[in-house]
Order: sequence, then C-alpha cells, then structure tokens
Amino acid sequence: MSQITPDVIAAHQLTQGEYDKIVSLLGREPSFTELGIFSVMWSEHCSYKSSRIHLKKLPTESKYVLQGPGENAGIIDIGDGVAIAFKIESHNHPSFIEPFQGAATGVGGILRDIFTMGARPIAVMDSIRFGNLEDEKTGARNRRILEGVVSGIAHYGNCFGVPTVGGECVFESSYDGNPLVNVFALGVFRHDEIFYGTASGVGNPVIYVGAKTGRDGIHGASMASAEFTEESKQKRPNVQVGDPFLEKLLLEACLEAMKTGAIVGIQDMGAAGLTSSTCEMASRAGTGIEIDLQYVPQREPGMTPYEMLLSESQERMLLVAERGREGEIFDVFKKWGLDAATIGVVTDDGLFRVKDHGKVYAEIPNRALADEAPKYDRPHTTPLRVAPLDGPEFKSRDLTADLKSLIESGDICSKRWIWEQYDHQVRTNTIAGPGAEAAVVRIKGTNTSVAMSLDGNGRYCALDPREGTKLIVAECCRNLSTVGALPVATTNNLNFGNPEKPEIMAQIVESVEGLAEACRFFEVPVTGGNVSLYNETLGTPIFPTPVVGIVGTLPTTVPPPIHFQHPGRSVILLGGLRSATEQEFGGTQYAKVVLDTFWGKPPTLDMEYERRVQQTVRELVREKAVESAHDLSEGGLAVALAECSFGKAQVGAEIDLDSDLRPELLLFHEAPSRILVSTADPERVIAAARKNGVESVTIGVTLESGVVIRNQKAVLVDCRIDELGKLWDTGLVNLLHDPVSV
Amino acid sequence: MKVGVVVFPGSNCDHDAWYAVSEDLHHQAEYIWHDSNSLGDVDAVILPGGFSYGDYLRTGAIAKFSPVLKAVKEFAQAGGPVLGVCNGFQILTEAGLLPGALVRNSELKFICKTVPVEVATSDSPFTHQARRGEVLQLPVAHGEGCYVADEKTLDQLEAEDRVVLRYKGHCNGSQRDIAGILSSGRNVMGMMPHPERAADPLLGHTDGIKILNSLLTAPSLVSTTTKS
Repeated sequence: MSQITPDVIAAHQLTQGEYDKIVSLLGREPSFTELGIFSVMWSEHCSYKSSRIHLKKLPTESKYVLQGPGENAGIIDIGDGVAIAFKIESHNHPSFIEPFQGAATGVGGILRDIFTMGARPIAVMDSIRFGNLEDEKTGARNRRILEGVVSGIAHYGNCFGVPTVGGECVFESSYDGNPLVNVFALGVFRHDEIFYGTASGVGNPVIYVGAKTGRDGIHGASMASAEFTEESKQKRPNVQVGDPFLEKLLLEACLEAMKTGAIVGIQDMGAAGLTSSTCEMASRAGTGIEIDLQYVPQREPGMTPYEMLLSESQERMLLVAERGREGEIFDVFKKWGLDAATIGVVTDDGLFRVKDHGKVYAEIPNRALADEAPKYDRPHTTPLRVAPLDGPEFKSRDLTADLKSLIESGDICSKRWIWEQYDHQVRTNTIAGPGAEAAVVRIKGTNTSVAMSLDGNGRYCALDPREGTKLIVAECCRNLSTVGALPVATTNNLNFGNPEKPEIMAQIVESVEGLAEACRFFEVPVTGGNVSLYNETLGTPIFPTPVVGIVGTLPTTVPPPIHFQHPGRSVILLGGLRSATEQEFGGTQYAKVVLDTFWGKPPTLDMEYERRVQQTVRELVREKAVESAHDLSEGGLAVALAECSFGKAQVGAEIDLDSDLRPELLLFHEAPSRILVSTADPERVIAAARKNGVESVTIGVTLESGVVIRNQKAVLVDCRIDELGKLWDTGLVNLLHDPVSV
Repeated sequence: MKVGVVVFPGSNCDHDAWYAVSEDLHHQAEYIWHDSNSLGDVDAVILPGGFSYGDYLRTGAIAKFSPVLKAVKEFAQAGGPVLGVCNGFQILTEAGLLPGALVRNSELKFICKTVPVEVATSDSPFTHQARRGEVLQLPVAHGEGCYVADEKTLDQLEAEDRVVLRYKGHCNGSQRDIAGILSSGRNVMGMMPHPERAADPLLGHTDGIKILNSLLTAPSLVSTTTKS
C-alpha cells in the first residue's frame, strides 16, 4: 500500500487544505484507496468547486420545468403527458489527447445521462471548436483533430442510432492545443416513465449492468481538471474507449428493465465511474451503500480496488432494485446479452463502504464525498482582455471580394463535409436538420415538435463575457423563434481557462451572471449543464466560451426554410437595419477574416426589443405568412442574404438600402434582433411588426439570379449565386486540403 | 398485409421500418427477435438498417449466423418477399441470398444525404408501382455501401434485369452505380437507400412510399393473404 506523502496528494490534484479537510471529515488519515475516491469526487469536473457558488445565480424554475439541475439531465414538460430530458457535456481534454475516442465517448456519456432517466435519446447536437486549420505550425494537427473528432462523433452516434441534427463548428487560434467538444443530447419519455438516481430502500440490492470494468480512463475526471502541459500526451491511457454497439444494447435493456417496475433508482457510471454513481445515488436518498468489488464484472484480472473504483470504462450503469425482484432485471439483461450482477446493498448507515473479498478498503460518509466537497469563492478581478478597445483605421476595398472571402471562411462556410458524416435522419423524426436555422424533431404520437439551437461565441465573450453570453442566449432564442418555436429551457456548457487566475475567474463570474440575466429575461430557465475549466495549454487560456443549448416547442409542421423560394417576393428585414459603432465592429467576422484583427466590444443587445422581434417572427412563421426566414448573425446582412440564396431554387435578391453607415459596417455589422424574411404578403408582415413595436424595412425583392446590394443607389455588392454558392460549399473542404471530397 | 421487421441486437432502423409500414402506410407490422426460429404468419419480411451485432468483423458477417436468418432463408426459398435495407442488404449478401458484397464507401467516410436513384426495373414486388427509368429521391446513410461483384456476376445481374435501383451519378463508388439488386427468384431485394425515411411529407421526401407500397400490394401476395 502506497504511503500518502505531499507528493501523492499533489499527484491526486488535491491541495494540502483539501487533504486536511478529508482527515477532519473522516476523523483519521484516509487509506490510499480512499484518497483516490476523494480525488475524483472532489475534482473540479465532478464537484464544480470553483463554479458552484456562482451557478446558484441561474434561474432554474418555470411551469415547464419538471427537473432542474442536480440530476443526470433536466426535464421539461411538453404537454400531452410527454416530457423531454436534455443536457450538454464537454469532452474537451480527451478529444485533444485522442480525438476519435475522446469525441466518441463524449457522445456516449451524454446519451447515458439521458437514458438513465428513462428517456429515449432522439437527437444529438455538437458544438466543436478547433485551432486555425491553416496555421503553418499547428494547422496539420488541427485538421487531424477535426477529422478525428468528427469521425468519432459519427462513429458513436450513427451506430447507436441517434440522429445528429445540428450544431456549430468554429475555428480560432485560441483553441490551438485545446479544442472544445461539447455534446448536447435530448430524449423523450412519458411523465410516468421518469427515473432518478436514488438508492432508497434499505436492504435493496445494488446491481451493476453493462460493460465489464477495465483499467481505462482511470483518473479521467482529474485529468479534465488540469491544464495541458507537455506531459499531457502521456495521459493517453486516461482516455476511455467507447463501444456504441454495447451502449445501444444497454439503452434497450435499461428501457425494457424499467418497464418491469422492479427498478428503484438508476444512474450511469460516467466520470469517476463506480465511485460517483454509488455515492451520489446514496447521498440523494440519504442512505448508505456497501459494495464488494469481487462481484464487479471485470475485463482483466488483478485490478486493485483503487483501479476498479476509479475506472472510467464506458457503457456501464448502476441500479438499485426492489429486493426480491432482481430476477426480472437479470432476465432482461440476459436477453440483451449484457452482464448484470448484484454487487452490494443499500444500508442505513450513510456510509460508502467498499470491500473486496470481504476486506474493507474504504469507508466514507457519502455526504462527505457528494455534498461536503470544497466550495471556493475564488478571487476575481476584471476579466482578462486580450484585445484593445479601438481598432485600426482601415481602407475600403472591393466589397464583393470581401463578401466572397467571408462566405468561404471557416466559421461561415457550409459544414456539409461534417454533417454528411452524421446520420441525421435515423428514427425518422428530423423535420429540420443540419444547416437549418434550428433543428426540429417531431415527437411521434403527439402534435408537438421540439426545436433546439446550440450556440457559442468566444470572440464576443473575450471582448465582454457578460454581454457576449447574453447575446448567445438571445441568438439561440431567435433561432428557435425563426422556426416558429417558443423557447422553454436552457442547458449550458461553460468552457473557460484556469479559475485560480483572478482574471479568468472574473470571466466565469461575468459570463454566469450574463447567462442568468438573459435566461431570466427570455424565460428559459437553466435545467442543467456542465463546467469545463483549466482549458489552457502551456499557460495560454482559450477564449471564454460558454456554449448555450436552448430547446423550444412548436406545433408539428414544416418550418419555413432559410432560402428564398420564389422570385418576385418582398424581402423584409424584421428588426430594421440597426446600427453599429466602430468599436462594436471589432468582434465581427469581417474584422476577423478581412482585417485579420480583433478589438472593441460585442454588439449591443436590447433584450426587450429582441423579445418583440422574436414574438413577431414566431407569429408570422406559425401563420405561414413568410416563405423563408433567416436570422442575421455572423457576417451580418450581406452574408445572410447570400445564405438565403443558396437553396435548391437558387433564388437571389436585389436589395436597395438607404443608410449613412460606412458600407463595411452596413453590410457586415452583427447587431442582433434582425431577421430576414421573404414573403408574398408584405403588408401582413409589416402590420405584424408594427403591432409588436418592431421596425420592419422592405429592403428589396427576390430575383432569378444574383445577389445585388445597393446603398443610396451605389452598387456595393454584385455577384452571381452559383459563384458565391460554390465558394460557400467548398470552403471547408479547401481548408482541410481534402481533394477526395472536392 | 402483415410485415415482419427483424430486430438484431444493434438494429437501429427497425422502429423506422415498423413506423413507416404501420403508421404511414397503415399495414400491420410486427417485430421478430433475432433468436426466433420462425417468422410466424408474416406475408413479407424487412431486414432493417443498423449495425447488427455491432457489425464486428464485417458488416452483416455475424448476423448471417443468427437463428432468424435460417427462417428468413426458408421463407425466401418458398417465394416470400424479403426486403433488406442498408444493413439488411449487407446481411443478405453475407448470407448468400444475394450476390456480391458491400464494402467501404470510396470516400472512406460515412455518408448521409438524399440522392437521386433511378428505378432500373419495375418488374419486381418492390418496384411494380414505379416506372422503369423513374428517378426517386431517397436518403442514404452508410459507411459501407459500395457494391462490388466480379464482372461476370455484374453482367449476369444486368442480363437478368436484376439491377433494380441505380444511383444517378456518383454516390459511394458502387460498381455500375448499383443501389439495389434482386435475387434470381426476384423475391429478395437488397437496397442501400432507406425507403422508410422517405414515407412522410413532414420529413421532406415521400418517394420511399413507392417502394414500400409496391411491397405491401405485391400482386403475388394479395392472393396468399386472401387465402389465409
């Protein structure tokens, strides 16, 4: 048995103060096994020790919320006795070390979070961020990471049989060496099918089901709670290996076993595996659990209790059954060819007791692990700022050429190369899939569909984490409204650097407070999420990157597409042209792609106005008063107009503006609260906008070919659709140097 | 008409096939578990898409040993219509019910999109409601959909009018753009595209209905159905 020295404590990423707390909670020195248990349960990843006091500021309730934060996933009522469970989770660190398996197991983990509650997963979305693909030094590695991540997501989701219906993909050099892989999943069930992770009923058996335990992923949770260093590559064995086929069997077996009525509580074994599932289930129920590791199905002989407790082998679940009804559960798992074994029992002593062949290796009060984890109010100053407030002078150039550069740039170009590798149709619910304004899946057996949008913007948040985060929430809600959905609830993934640095902690605090304010305002409470900190490589932090996933509901129907459908229609900009100062232009895609610089602050958001714009477009879409609808976001008006012309019909537009703004700002500023619609009934659109106190400007008319934009009679942009469309379609392929797919 | 949808561990389009037959097209559909030795009283069988047995070793390679496959073979030998979609097609080739094999897409990536597919013959229980030469818009979703066979087999398939569906243009590198083929008895069809994903206007495409409805109203079956 290893001696516990300061070095051993540090290797477990515990501080001396945390170690002292362990000693005081136990009333004695921990054993080596116990130290390992504490180290994972008290890791940033599992305990949220740096963020917890701030996460409390988030709104978590509404009439739709059936389950808020604290469970495996949040649950929302969508009517007719049907509910949805959804959540997001990050797999950033593993995806850098081993992109394919890192991303694949990220998908696997979040899917288990959903079906452990009894819901059948029906949709996945991914938010992925990488370093610059063209960087001379790191470009090749970044491309390899992207390709690995995409095929990992595809491998797991496609085989499991859940459609990947949308997401986002962004390139920024701040993610060099620290890619972000955030996976969102959503499932559906009836209210009476909801299960929780509680170990109630003293004397009830504790049953292990699914894959065998191996040595993979040991200390994954603590790895995900540290910065990357040159030594990180040595941590490759810490990345778990996923088997989507096994997970598919586990899904079917769990849902079938739940129907027997013999399951009391169930939880997946995610980060910190057997340890976290056991003590969290007992902690929620106020009970204790005793397990004997000799009964745990094992992949290899000779594993120590320490290894088994900390293993993060995938595709495993822990459940508590009604005493005497174990047989019903074993029958189901046998049918699906999966291991199931009683490994312990629920007790009344509040202890997490681990034996191996009868010998006690750990005996810890559950509350000490799950609820007494350290909670820090880490010092925070002003958010780290990496850009000046004022930007450089810049000369006007050929605006049509500028538009082309933007259209083929990494963030804006078509992501078809990515999403064609994802099965986005399986389960035949996908009404609007990748590339749409928001993903829409129908809920079979009801007249309700669920819309979802996943978004982040590291640039805005680097300039102002609070306002940037509010803009993200507004954008998600706007996307949902544009397909006719009413936004109802939020999940979030907070990706930040090292919280022990006060200027990083300040980013976190500002961002969480912005999230709280916007979610409260738009009435989309937060029902769960994930925090990923220490996203730094060699001391350089990523841009602060909160990723927000918002779901909404709508009566089942096909929403209007992004694209113009017919020539001769009025093109109306709901919300108006809006304005932007030069400072507000520094975070735009124009500044990034064309000027290759970064400054200023994010666009200004007027939440009250934003809400009215959303209300207007939702009404119009539901009444089928518009033929197409697309919100303005990155790249502003000109990029949105181009995107509207990339439909099958290849219908463009002729636009006449009247603005005194500098042309670059007019075409490419990114002020929120604007939606571009085309309609055969402009009076109706204008009347609806007026009723809601929203500006609407008829800016032009759709036409057979070409995108032409004039301001005060001067031609700013004049381009053929096929030319623009080709640049947009092949942008990513060119960046990837993937000649095969051209 | 009663359709049996076979469920292997790892099938994931089983529910989609069931839903299309029963909810979209209002026929009876029931699941058949992979270890069944009998198909019961079904009039037709669908082997759905997915990753049967994880597609370990090779796609469909393990499924051919499952008990239900024996029953499917007997059913096919007796003239019963069998439709294999995607993984179902892969299983049918592995099991020897159809010639050739399906290998990794030429681009070496999974591909999911809707593609134009030409009906190469309407002389089959699966396409009699379509016209020869008609182009259907059908979704594909596969990593191993590239159809290969030796030249002699390919010539024979064409000579016997057993190439039933062809991609219009490049899709996955399939030889002679083959998307679907028939058995020599014409009652077994394998196809990579997913007709069950194109059977509801909500999902954007409805051309799959032509395939499924052909199966559900196959003339030779109407008589047996009425008899029983």
